[in-house]
Amino acid sequence: MIELQGIGKTFGAGANRTKAVDDVNLTIAPRSIVALIGPSGCGKSTLLNMIAGLYRPTVGKVMYDGDKVTDVNTDVGYMTQKDNLLPWRSVIDNIALPLELTGTSREARYAQARALIQQVGLDGFEDKYPSSLSGGMRKRVSLARMLLYRPKTLLLDEPFAALDAQLRLAMHDLLLKLWTEQQQTIVLVTHDLVEAITLADRVVVFTKRPARVAMDQLVNLPRPRDVREVRFTKQFHDTHNSIWDRLREEYDEERI
Amino acid sequence: MNKPAAVETTESEAERLEARQSRTLADASTAMMAVYQTLFGLLLLVLWQAASQWLIDPFFISSPLEVIARLVAWTSDGSIFVHIWATVYATFLGFAIGAVLGVVGGIWLGVSPFFSRLLNPYIWAFNALPKVALAPLLILWFGLGIHSKVALAAVLVVFLVFVNTFSGVREVDQDLIDGVRLMKAKRSQILMKVILPSALSWIFVGLKSSLPYALIGVIIGEMIASNKGLGYLVQRAGSEFDTAGAFAALTIIAVIAAVLNEFVQASQERLERWKIVNR
Repeated sequence: MIELQGIGKTFGAGANRTKAVDDVNLTIAPRSIVALIGPSGCGKSTLLNMIAGLYRPTVGKVMYDGDKVTDVNTDVGYMTQKDNLLPWRSVIDNIALPLELTGTSREARYAQARALIQQVGLDGFEDKYPSSLSGGMRKRVSLARMLLYRPKTLLLDEPFAALDAQLRLAMHDLLLKLWTEQQQTIVLVTHDLVEAITLADRVVVFTKRPARVAMDQLVNLPRPRDVREVRFTKQFHDTHNSIWDRLREEYDEERI
Repeated sequence: MNKPAAVETTESEAERLEARQSRTLADASTAMMAVYQTLFGLLLLVLWQAASQWLIDPFFISSPLEVIARLVAWTSDGSIFVHIWATVYATFLGFAIGAVLGVVGGIWLGVSPFFSRLLNPYIWAFNALPKVALAPLLILWFGLGIHSKVALAAVLVVFLVFVNTFSGVREVDQDLIDGVRLMKAKRSQILMKVILPSALSWIFVGLKSSLPYALIGVIIGEMIASNKGLGYLVQRAGSEFDTAGAFAALTIIAVIAAVLNEFVQASQERLERWKIVNR
């Protein structure tokens, strides 16, 4: 259970003060997938950073499983917009890093890493260094690295934005499959409403900066979902329209 | 109408020829370039020999043949090896001590903001000091033997390595550190698996640029007060007006410096394979 209670976050001081987040209250149920959507730069990533314990809120508090988050939250796996791969490590050593940190033997961690490498479609790239991979491939490496150590909560910040449409669908499929098996709590930041509805149980729309909750919409699509077909159902269409109506206001205001 | 066109053609043809020629010279294979380099070196030696024969008194510039004769004499009676060993040994020992202290100090201050701010003005003040001016003090403290040379080399090395290591540690991407912290990394693991590898190229810049200074420190120490080493040889040759001896000792020093550089280069390439790969 993740609870954001009256969260506000201000960066900088004096004339450079920017309010990124303002009075956000949000409760995220365990084992649910929640998509956060809103104009870019509105402070959604800041919320993820606070759940991960990397930022402290200026006001309010973040509760994780009943405890206040005061330091780095090691229960979460965090996939940031930047892939944060270690450039001096090969693909397989990057992916196996979490297990290396817990002292798993080389053989065991390589075996697990290889299985994931296959799932994210990077066979043959085990010994390459991140700098020789494309942006999309690096994203997949960092996804595999996060999935490897099976955190209870996944924080995903636009994880699939750099991928082409086909690959994105494959990754959606993979994510939902793993979620069915492992039942993590997933908080997903995205710009893509279709992606949000396809994956999530609930879509939370944020206003433009400073981020406030503008809309909180349940997605009542049956599971398991076929990530390729679900978008063509009537139910999907209705959900999409009702969220889009509200989301458009934020973009419209931005344009004026 | 035709004439200018023709002129243009010949001009561009000449340009093309010129371009091709310069390309062939610049694109010479490594082996071919080595031949050119050897020829150039030989040419310089011939000029030097000729100059000492006809232009300048060999008292001042000696001559290649004399220098070679001296090198052969030193080698055949074995006397040179004592000096080479003394210099190389002191260089390595001084470099090693300075490098270890510099890396350890740089990392320590790099990860402790309080001490780095506290010590900052003192470090810069001491760094601005020309360290060779410490030679007389060091000789006083460590004696005329090898220890004072080691100390001078170490003092020169430690700051270069320290400053680079410190910058390298400060440059580490905080996002990478946060990433592994979320994966439950301990402090020591963050240091070993993120901070050190990330700072490695900076540390190497420090090591690479300081190795010649280790040699400089030792040579200066030997010139000031010693009875062994290549610096002592240069100093003795100079005071005896023996230019051939001075040139011979300088030649050996140059060779040692070149070998040291190659050594650092090779070890850096080994350790930073991930960078070489994508070059």
